[in-house]
Amino acid sequence: MNQKAIPVYARPKEQGFLFRLLQRIHVDIPLLCGLLLLSTAGLVVLYSAGGQSLDVLMRQVMRLALAFAVMLVLAQVHPQHLQRWAPWLFGAGILLLVAVLLVGDIGKGARRWLELGAFRFQPSEMMRIAVPMMVAWYLANSPLPPHPLKLIIAGVLAIVPTLLIAKQPDLGTSLLIACSGIFVIFLSGVRWRYIILVGSLVAAFVPIAWSLMHDYQRQRVLTFLDPESDPLGTGYHIIQSKIAIGSGGLYGKGWLNGTQSYLDFIPERSTDFIFAVLSEEFGLIGILAVLAIYLFIVMRGLYIASQAHDTFTRLLAGSLILTFSVYIFVNIGMVTALLPVVGVPLPLISYGGTSMVTVMAGFGILMSIHTHRKLVPT
Amino acid sequence: MTKTHLKDYFHESEMFNARVIVAIIAILVLMGVVIARLVFLQIINHAHYTTLSQENRVTLVPIPPPRGIIYDRNGIVLAQNSPSFSLEITPDEAGDMDTTLRELGGLIALSERDIKRFRREIAQKRRFEAAPLRFNLTEEEMARLAVNRYRFPGVEVVARMTREYPLGSLAVHAIGYVGRINEAELKKLDTNYSGTTHIGKLGVEKTYEDMLHGTVGVEQVETTARGRALRVLGRIPPTAGKNIYLTIDIRLQAAIEGVLGDRRGAVVAIEPKTGEVLAFASTPGYDPNLFVNGISSEEYKALQTSLDKPMINRALQGQYPPGSTVKPFYALAGLEYNKVSPEDTVACHGHFQLPGVAHQYRDWKKEGHGVINLEHAVEQSCDVYFYTLALKLGIDKMAEFMTRFGLGHKTGIDLPGEMSGVMPSSAWKRKTYKQPWYGGETLIAGIGQGYVLTTPLQLATITATIANQGVQMKPHMLHAIQEPGSAVITRQKPQQNVRVPVVNEENWRAAVNSMVSVVHGGRGTAYSSIGRTATYKIAGKTGTAQVAGIKQGAKYNESQTPERLRDHALFVAFAPAEAPQIAMGVIVENGGHGSSTAAPVARIAMDYYLKDLLGMESAAKAPEAKSPVEGTKKVEPTPSPASPEAAQGVTQDE
Repeated sequence: MNQKAIPVYARPKEQGFLFRLLQRIHVDIPLLCGLLLLSTAGLVVLYSAGGQSLDVLMRQVMRLALAFAVMLVLAQVHPQHLQRWAPWLFGAGILLLVAVLLVGDIGKGARRWLELGAFRFQPSEMMRIAVPMMVAWYLANSPLPPHPLKLIIAGVLAIVPTLLIAKQPDLGTSLLIACSGIFVIFLSGVRWRYIILVGSLVAAFVPIAWSLMHDYQRQRVLTFLDPESDPLGTGYHIIQSKIAIGSGGLYGKGWLNGTQSYLDFIPERSTDFIFAVLSEEFGLIGILAVLAIYLFIVMRGLYIASQAHDTFTRLLAGSLILTFSVYIFVNIGMVTALLPVVGVPLPLISYGGTSMVTVMAGFGILMSIHTHRKLVPT
Repeated sequence: MTKTHLKDYFHESEMFNARVIVAIIAILVLMGVVIARLVFLQIINHAHYTTLSQENRVTLVPIPPPRGIIYDRNGIVLAQNSPSFSLEITPDEAGDMDTTLRELGGLIALSERDIKRFRREIAQKRRFEAAPLRFNLTEEEMARLAVNRYRFPGVEVVARMTREYPLGSLAVHAIGYVGRINEAELKKLDTNYSGTTHIGKLGVEKTYEDMLHGTVGVEQVETTARGRALRVLGRIPPTAGKNIYLTIDIRLQAAIEGVLGDRRGAVVAIEPKTGEVLAFASTPGYDPNLFVNGISSEEYKALQTSLDKPMINRALQGQYPPGSTVKPFYALAGLEYNKVSPEDTVACHGHFQLPGVAHQYRDWKKEGHGVINLEHAVEQSCDVYFYTLALKLGIDKMAEFMTRFGLGHKTGIDLPGEMSGVMPSSAWKRKTYKQPWYGGETLIAGIGQGYVLTTPLQLATITATIANQGVQMKPHMLHAIQEPGSAVITRQKPQQNVRVPVVNEENWRAAVNSMVSVVHGGRGTAYSSIGRTATYKIAGKTGTAQVAGIKQGAKYNESQTPERLRDHALFVAFAPAEAPQIAMGVIVENGGHGSSTAAPVARIAMDYYLKDLLGMESAAKAPEAKSPVEGTKKVEPTPSPASPEAAQGVTQDE
């Protein structure tokens, strides 16, 4: 443990100007490199998926710029501040979620947006940061592993926003928010017997959840189990996506040459199903390259978490990076027909703004946690 | 910071790292699952998904073949394909359909029917497929649409090949027409019709549908998921339908229809040696062009309800009592069955009575024909002679003999919907009416009245048979076939229907001679109307078919009878009598006497055909080879087969 605290001070003095500047503004250079590489790859795929529209590409570049800016801002915020704000942020988030359910705007059949003067705001995105912060804050207040009673309260803290978001309905986001809470609890060292107990309870809860689901959600699950049963309806997306991936082969059909993508067979090809475009045009080789970048980012994130100096930052960092990896697996699982179709974008590659900003905000927090360690009293 | 806290801190950190390792293992396992899945999809099943992707990408679009052109025997175009402009709407691209239709209605004429048919069509098609709204746009409408084009997205003026009958109603009952494929037809059609919109409905257009249609072509088109075509990848061109040459000489047809004028009637002219139908007229006709893209309900109603019944094909489907036109055939039957000899005479007093029956069977000539033999009985159409002959033959012998000529049976002409007529016999009456045959009915049948029914086509056919000394060639409309893109025209071989067997060949001469007397004999019924001025020998027979019954003792007075109850006038003939080139059956509905109304029609037609078309100077100098191409022979490709002059060289022999 002691060794791990040392390297920050052991860097040689003769680093270049850029290196020193980035260090000064609390940027973690390996993480930044991974993220830049990934977003560049994302832009390449998006250019093709968006029908070679420069307009689409420019808008995505603008969003990336905004997201990186948010990351930089959050990297400056000291983790102590985050810890102090956690309950307030969470409380505000809950209120906003209730407000969305009461007066929110309806888009694509779901109530997710809140009209705030000139711009629209999605409180569920905020909760993706606020929930792990809140659970980490709560569990970090007392010694770990947590007492069973504390575990139940922590569980409730995660479940309330999950249910509120599921009600919108936004199945994908609510599951991810539940995950972010669960990861905090898991990383807090909760005993395995409790994990098994809760796991069994959840398994028992599945039939009840089934009865509470919307018809379209049930249909998604059923179609997932047997997509060919409805090839022109809901199964169409999955089938076409599989065809795109499978026909890509080892080397792919080549950039801008994906017929499934160009001829509109892939649904939502620049957003949720962009992985299918990547697979069709760049083949297995291309996918492995992208997965390698993801793996590098996740490993770097877990390294940052393990290097964190206090319980709150450790739990928060761990939860954020694990949730990020869940995004990747849920999206790829969905596009390759391993999981039901839940609307989850492929982080930093899919076209779209809000989720990207949230993801990058998370990385900003990770960078802050890593670069503010020297100020943590040990 | 207390010691306990510090100890907790290290403990927590250790515990946390243990959990991180669990998480890393989970991530690596999931990564492995994802990669295994991708290997399964992209490597193991790559070929399968490549096929599916290819199938997705390429759509086969049928290209309809151009329909074969129909010519008359001399290469004059009777049916062709010409571009017509139609208005098509793609629902996917157009705005609100109701608004679009309302606004279009302000620019071009749109009937309720157009809109109804259009709506039905778009309901059946996919939304990105264009459906026609209006056909045959006028120049003015196209100009108006062009100016307002910007207002109507998804609305296009499209040029399509449409069947056109340049001669309008001329020979419509032979040619028929094509119309849009209906649902019943659609069920029977195979993929060869996948791009075709029209199909032969009547006439030779229907009979030779397979020949005229051709083979569909296919275009491989790269299409988007929504079906929009992007580019053509490959193309198998369609094979055009075969061009066909009809046996009809449209000039003769025009002459005949011209003579018939407004009268209701039918004329069939046949070349006896071959059975080729030279003219096939049924008047009044109608314009087949009206039916190609759907006739309006008003126009259809007008045709349906017209008293003249223009839609009925009288030549093929009209069944009339043949009247006296069958007398030469019965005369032949009498000779054949040895019931009479040419010299035997009958005394005619103007009426005939069956033994023990009061009913008088009248002769058309009240004062009678006096003592008369076979030849003069035919010449003057003596009814009493044929009452006597009928009584000698009996109905079953009469039926047997006439059935050999084909009465009561279809001739087998290559036109759809032929009627068979009726040749009654005692067995027939038992079967049809469940009644015995009465002797009086034999007498009536003996002068071609009563149950006997013939079509004008049958009259022409049996007349051609007698002209051809008993060899009946199958009447047909198909003269020659031209393969698409080839200059070779293959002549169809004539087929023999039957050969009427005779015991004594001399009997043919007796029958023919009696018919020559009808026209050229001093007392012949057709002498004054046509025989007196004829420069070649015509063999003919007049006939009159009663429409309304006449009471016993009453007199038929033509001028006092309402027009539509007047007798039908009939005439059968062939000429020149020694070497027949043309045999005809003529009927003029409610025309009165065969001699005064029907015979002149035949005379004008024969004059025109023999003198003007065949170039025959007189009956003595019959031409040898006439028109058509003998067998198969190569000809120079004609620059424009649509031009009659150019095409004439194709089919007309030197």
